[in-house]
Amino acid sequence: MTGAKPSTAERLARNRFELDEDESHIEVHQDVVRATGCGPVLVAVCPARVYAEREDGGLDVEYAACLECGTCRAVAPPGALTWHYPRGGFGVSFREG
Amino acid sequence: MTEPDFDVVVVGAGPAGSVTAALLARQGHSVAVIERGESPGSKNLSGGVLYSRVLEDVFPGCLDEAPYERRVTRNEVVFLTPESAVGLDVASDRLADPVNAVTVLRARFDPWLAAQAEEAGAYLMPGVRVDRVLTAPGGSGAAGRRVVGVQAGEDELRARVVVAADGVNSFLAREAGLRPQPPTHHLAVGVKAVLTLPEHVIEDRFGVSGDEGAAIAYVGDCTRGVGGGGIVYTNRSSLSVAVVLRLDDLVAKGLAAADVFEHFLAHPRLARYVRGAQVVEYGSHLVAEGGWDMLGEVVSDGMVVVGDAAGLTINSGLTVRGMDLAIGSAVAAAAGVSAALEADDVSAAGLSGYRERLLAGTVGRDLRTYAKAPAFLERPRVYGDYGRLLEEIMVDVFRLDGTPRKHLARVAVDALRRSPVRLRDLASDALAGVRAL
Repeated sequence: MTGAKPSTAERLARNRFELDEDESHIEVHQDVVRATGCGPVLVAVCPARVYAEREDGGLDVEYAACLECGTCRAVAPPGALTWHYPRGGFGVSFREG
Repeated sequence: MTEPDFDVVVVGAGPAGSVTAALLARQGHSVAVIERGESPGSKNLSGGVLYSRVLEDVFPGCLDEAPYERRVTRNEVVFLTPESAVGLDVASDRLADPVNAVTVLRARFDPWLAAQAEEAGAYLMPGVRVDRVLTAPGGSGAAGRRVVGVQAGEDELRARVVVAADGVNSFLAREAGLRPQPPTHHLAVGVKAVLTLPEHVIEDRFGVSGDEGAAIAYVGDCTRGVGGGGIVYTNRSSLSVAVVLRLDDLVAKGLAAADVFEHFLAHPRLARYVRGAQVVEYGSHLVAEGGWDMLGEVVSDGMVVVGDAAGLTINSGLTVRGMDLAIGSAVAAAAGVSAALEADDVSAAGLSGYRERLLAGTVGRDLRTYAKAPAFLERPRVYGDYGRLLEEIMVDVFRLDGTPRKHLARVAVDALRRSPVRLRDLASDALAGVRAL
């Protein structure tokens, strides 16, 4: 790396994303997130740092930066997330892979 | 009853899907391949080593034209502590000829594979997300339904057989009731960056020339002790650098996946390789790590499951395999599906030849051989204490500090005594390791 190492956000900025402005492919069910306290875990596991904790224990989601790996879905308690792939052609487009 | 649009609809244009499609199309079946990425490979990501023999069986001579990056002629496994690295470095011409493994970048490699399917006559539909399977009454399963096609948005595509090649998150296999949600100790997240460097710099730093390449696997401090490991693979003019983190352990240790990746990139042992390199892409991918235990049902009425969607990966501790197993499953699936189509019986029973071929072939045999590997690799000492123990022993061997020398066995015993590893642990791990790996 030259100079200061790039942050996750800077790394993500190198990727190509086709943003679906009409539809988020991740839905957070705030009541379940608060009841189960799974927020910190979801914030930590996401390599794209898509999730951020709210003061009320809920979660904000920046779905546009999602790398579509499904890690959050794999560790989320039942009912906390509705997660599917973005619509055809939308989302991340790897040029290297 | 509606006539099927195709004999076979394959969902997912990765190695498993494209090879299944190519083989079935070659045999004269009508095949459609649906890919949610705008082009094949644009949603796909792997560490990047493909053990390529199985691909050459399907496409003889393919390495003359397939866009691979480098032939892997040097393998290294390194135990890392924060300050040290103890490695086993294997370089041999016998890994080069015939070619054993190549590095690939999927956004370049997968379009070539999909083109082979198209050339064989398959119809490729990119940019389309499949939402669900279409079913009709009459299956043999508990729900009494069989798969008769797929639905994408408003469109329905009917097929006699659906091939779920939709990756590790396989919504189709889940929906068809074939694979339950895997436990988190059977899943890992891979976090990867591709970093560009000039070809000659890569050759100098990794001691390779021409299209030779290196594959380096790290264990220990690269993951800050989380079960899993790190990799550095050489591409033609870039490096693939990644960590793979077992989800149960990542969650238990309370670490952030992105932080662990940064830690690996910043490790002094990596600095010599990545100095001056530019990140051109950052990605992540879920990895099935359960091996044999993760292989559930792969056949149902009107549907088969291949590749990552069937959980087909093997981590033997030294080799990490996925794409070759995906291709192996595609070969078995194409034979099984073709036989079912010709016999006009696409029920689970009619398609069961796929499972038999899968289990009898290399994929099934290797999965069985390494069936105990995932449980062995869950032993925590692998990711911390053993790296430090090896460091102690090897540093004592080489550091002539004026104190009287001791035989190697004595050095090892003394190092073990200072280590938190108990002799009982070592014996138990060694025995388990020999049995599992």
